[in-house]
Amino acid sequence: MKKRSHILALFADFEEAAVTIAALREASIPGFKMQDVTLKSPIDHPECSAELGQRPVYIQIFSLLGAICGSGLGFLGISSAQANFLRQARGFFPIVPIPPDMVITYELFILGAVFFTITACLIMWRIYRVETDLYDVQISLDKIGILVEAEPKAIASLREIFTSHHALEISGSV
Amino acid sequence: MNEALLEEKDVAIERRFEPKAQDIDDEISWAQINVDVLKSLERPRLLYWVIFFGSLAIFMWGVYCEIYQYKNGLGSADLENPQVWGLYIATFIFWIGMSHSGTLLSAILLIMHADWRKPIYRFAEAMTTFSLMTAGLFVLVHLGRVWQFYYVVAYPNERWAWPNFSSPLVWDATAIGSYLTTSVIFLFFGMIPDLAICRDNATGYRKTFYRVLSLGWRGTDRQWANFRVTYLTLACLLIPLAVSVHSIVATDFAVSQQPGWHTTSFPPYFVAGALYSGCAAIITLFIVLRYTFRFEKYMTIPILEKLCKLTFAISMVWTYLNLIEYAAVWYGTDPIAKQALIFRATGTYAWWWWAMNFFASVLPFTLTWKRLRTNIPIMLVVSVLLNFGMWDERFMIVTPTFAHGYYPWTWTNGWWPNWVQLGIVMGSFGWFNMLFMLFCKIFPSVSMYEVKEMVYHRRVARKTLQTLRPSPDP
Repeated sequence: MKKRSHILALFADFEEAAVTIAALREASIPGFKMQDVTLKSPIDHPECSAELGQRPVYIQIFSLLGAICGSGLGFLGISSAQANFLRQARGFFPIVPIPPDMVITYELFILGAVFFTITACLIMWRIYRVETDLYDVQISLDKIGILVEAEPKAIASLREIFTSHHALEISGSV
Repeated sequence: MNEALLEEKDVAIERRFEPKAQDIDDEISWAQINVDVLKSLERPRLLYWVIFFGSLAIFMWGVYCEIYQYKNGLGSADLENPQVWGLYIATFIFWIGMSHSGTLLSAILLIMHADWRKPIYRFAEAMTTFSLMTAGLFVLVHLGRVWQFYYVVAYPNERWAWPNFSSPLVWDATAIGSYLTTSVIFLFFGMIPDLAICRDNATGYRKTFYRVLSLGWRGTDRQWANFRVTYLTLACLLIPLAVSVHSIVATDFAVSQQPGWHTTSFPPYFVAGALYSGCAAIITLFIVLRYTFRFEKYMTIPILEKLCKLTFAISMVWTYLNLIEYAAVWYGTDPIAKQALIFRATGTYAWWWWAMNFFASVLPFTLTWKRLRTNIPIMLVVSVLLNFGMWDERFMIVTPTFAHGYYPWTWTNGWWPNWVQLGIVMGSFGWFNMLFMLFCKIFPSVSMYEVKEMVYHRRVARKTLQTLRPSPDP
């Protein structure tokens, strides 16, 4: 596997960051791919992120899966447990009372979706990659960061593009 | 013709970008937002400590009363047939109701893209969580035999004491457990970008604390994209859950055999009441936090006005459902239920019943006057009284009904909660305030990233408007 280097440039606003991303897209630098560019910002900015290209989000699929698992576990778990306790059968009353079980199923339907959604999100965030990339505390304040992971030979060209687009600070490893 | 159309189009565009009444000054810088909110974690006003230690003292009194009840049994709290629920269940419903406002402000208004919620939804969510925790305590307090608390949980066991799944009490335990879990997740998840800001500005053990909680947040586009979708999904999941919780609490009453309770309008009536009392509580806490943490720039008068209008609208929904409930009993076929209603209006608890109707249905009209709803001291008093009215409403549902049941032996006109019950109820308010104040000191009670977004989008809108308008002649 080829050695990878990181470079982080800070910009004053989203407009400058967007122009720089467009410049990166147009430049054909050997050892650099557009999908290795990451935008870091203090607020969500989908318009600027769109410049980076399509990065799909799959959370909803997990929510659906969680809802199915939650409701399945709720209904089948409770009703099968009830069916096993036949000694408690009472006259005229069903062993598995469907309407009350549906209430609990409904709650677990939502709870399952919540658990799966949150777990999926944490995985998508890649929190298992503990602080391997460059970061600057100014990003949580008011600056916009562009982080690029590329081969060492591309770093000089990237630095040049950042400088020509008025980057406030550039940091990185070569 | 074409010119007229173009002009119309220009007006439409201008209207779209015309800044509405300034909820927040959009000239405020992002760095300043960080400074102002982070300051609240360090140096609150003296009032903060007065509220915190006052609440702690009240809570300790509640703990003493609970220990007394634990040692001497529920009889020491005057809980005997027919008054078996007393203030505990009334206050339990009150706290469950309070929890709905966080969902309303945070989740419903998020889906509706109501921008003005951004500076205030965080503490409303915290209120949801702590209200539910307080409500949960009442289940235990009301049990009397606290050591057997696990009987309320729906699980199979080896003693053949299988929970009755047809009982709403079992549904209650499941629903409240799910709602509390989801609320805590929703609150925590929404705070993650702000916790990262705290991490970047803290030192020592606080840095470690916030670092662990911020879950490696770096503000990357991937994180934001997933965050946005997840937060919206959680909001969508939370809304039906909130509605189901209070509907299920309503079925505790509606499926029982007590005069006046056996009506189908109870679930929507309870949900409307929950939203109403929660909104009133948000106004109270809005005013307290605004002063205590110097949040005048974020918790502004235009936002207070919007909250007041929302509260008024919900109060009218609640009033309508309340009148429907009276009408259903009055024109219904159950003479005992009708007698119970007359007893409420003319019997031992008549003062309380009329007070409830006044505070919860008439007093909200003060919210329609701009001069009153922009006056902070008046709104503080009104919001507290609205909540008193809503607590009284729950008291009126429980106590007079038990005091005028189907059998004459239940007609206990003189019943009144004793010092043990009152102490525990007061203690719950102390517990809630204490937890809430502690939260506001440890976590940012104003969402920094959402306020930044709000300010940013308004600035962009203003800039767009300026470019659309022709520059004035020199």
